[in-house]
Amino acid sequence: MSHDHDHDDENALRAEALEALLTEKGLVQPALVDAIVQRYEQDIGPMNGARAVARAWVDPEYKQRLLSDAWQAIGELGVTTGPELTPIVVLENTPAVHNVVVCTLCSCYPSSVLGLPPTWYKSPPYRSRVVREPRVVLGEMGVDVAPDVEVRVWDSSAEVRYMVLPERPAGTDGWSEERLASLVTRDAMIGVARPGVGDA
Amino acid sequence: MGGMHGFGPVAVEADEPVFHAPWQRRVLGMVYQVVGFGWANIDAFRHGIERIDPVRYLQAGYYGRWLASLETVLREAGVLAPGEVDARLAGRPAPPASVPRDGLPHPTAGFVRALDATPRYVSGQTVRTRNANPAGHTRLPCYVRGKRGVVHRVHPAFVFPDTNAHGAGEQPQYLYTVRFEPAELWGPDAEAGSALHVDLFEPYLEGL
Repeated sequence: MSHDHDHDDENALRAEALEALLTEKGLVQPALVDAIVQRYEQDIGPMNGARAVARAWVDPEYKQRLLSDAWQAIGELGVTTGPELTPIVVLENTPAVHNVVVCTLCSCYPSSVLGLPPTWYKSPPYRSRVVREPRVVLGEMGVDVAPDVEVRVWDSSAEVRYMVLPERPAGTDGWSEERLASLVTRDAMIGVARPGVGDA
Repeated sequence: MGGMHGFGPVAVEADEPVFHAPWQRRVLGMVYQVVGFGWANIDAFRHGIERIDPVRYLQAGYYGRWLASLETVLREAGVLAPGEVDARLAGRPAPPASVPRDGLPHPTAGFVRALDATPRYVSGQTVRTRNANPAGHTRLPCYVRGKRGVVHRVHPAFVFPDTNAHGAGEQPQYLYTVRFEPAELWGPDAEAGSALHVDLFEPYLEGL
């Protein structure tokens, strides 16, 4: 659980003083802060990853490219992403395998394609538990994984970033890519939810 | 934090906003500029977070930790004088040790580097992680120290955080995704039917 709010006033004052100092010293441009924030609030978010997932669901060749060279495949869609400083690996869920992503060391996350991470992803309960009892954590978050399905947990401990390609839900035959993309949630691409027609 | 007990259930906030307070936006934008333009590297920044007092670490929240580490790394880079932010908050003049600098020292150019040497390990090979407990920064999680696993994937070489965080250079090292079985990490009572994949630098590993 985040306790950011407990120190809000103190942090707000401190951040303001620091920004003033760094602006005077020429390290920080306040307008660039605004621009960076705007990108993550408006342009870069789970809709980018969702478009790649939807394309992979309708185009098997695209899916192969997404699994073998994710940046190139995501680039084909012309979506706005963050800086491509690091490789991204897409993990395919199948009837036999369920993937889930975590960063136990800090909170590394595929921000370039999913936007900034949610608070729960950055929280001690998720970071400590999903590596030790992934099925229990997934169950609590609403994903029951059958005993014969292997759960693969990916700890983003270096600079490679991971995104899950969920299974296409039943009952979506003939759907357009755009409609399919609307089913793909951020949590499904982390691996703690399944896209479902009923949830859309 | 991998494997620690006692933190309780994962609390999910419905329809969570990207930021919870305006100051969090400013901190993110500052960190991206300070790290992106190379005033401090990402590894030093992460090490700054790791050195926060443990009680404060848990209470500060994500952006609170970022704010604290930002001050730490800038003080260590000589950009901020000790106590300079406190002086500004109290309306006092800045201490004289403040060192404004010209130019951009080491702009970030990604983390992948070419190496002449070939990777020491191959996919499918059984390896053991070193049982090392360095005082400084490392990306070898505690819960996989001294454990046996199998190389799942060989990545390119990356900047080595253990040296880069401490101003000892990039010293690029090959990176491996290593698969561990749950019983190897958590003992005989481990949850069955799962596998852990952890990205580990070559110096963290030894052949068997």
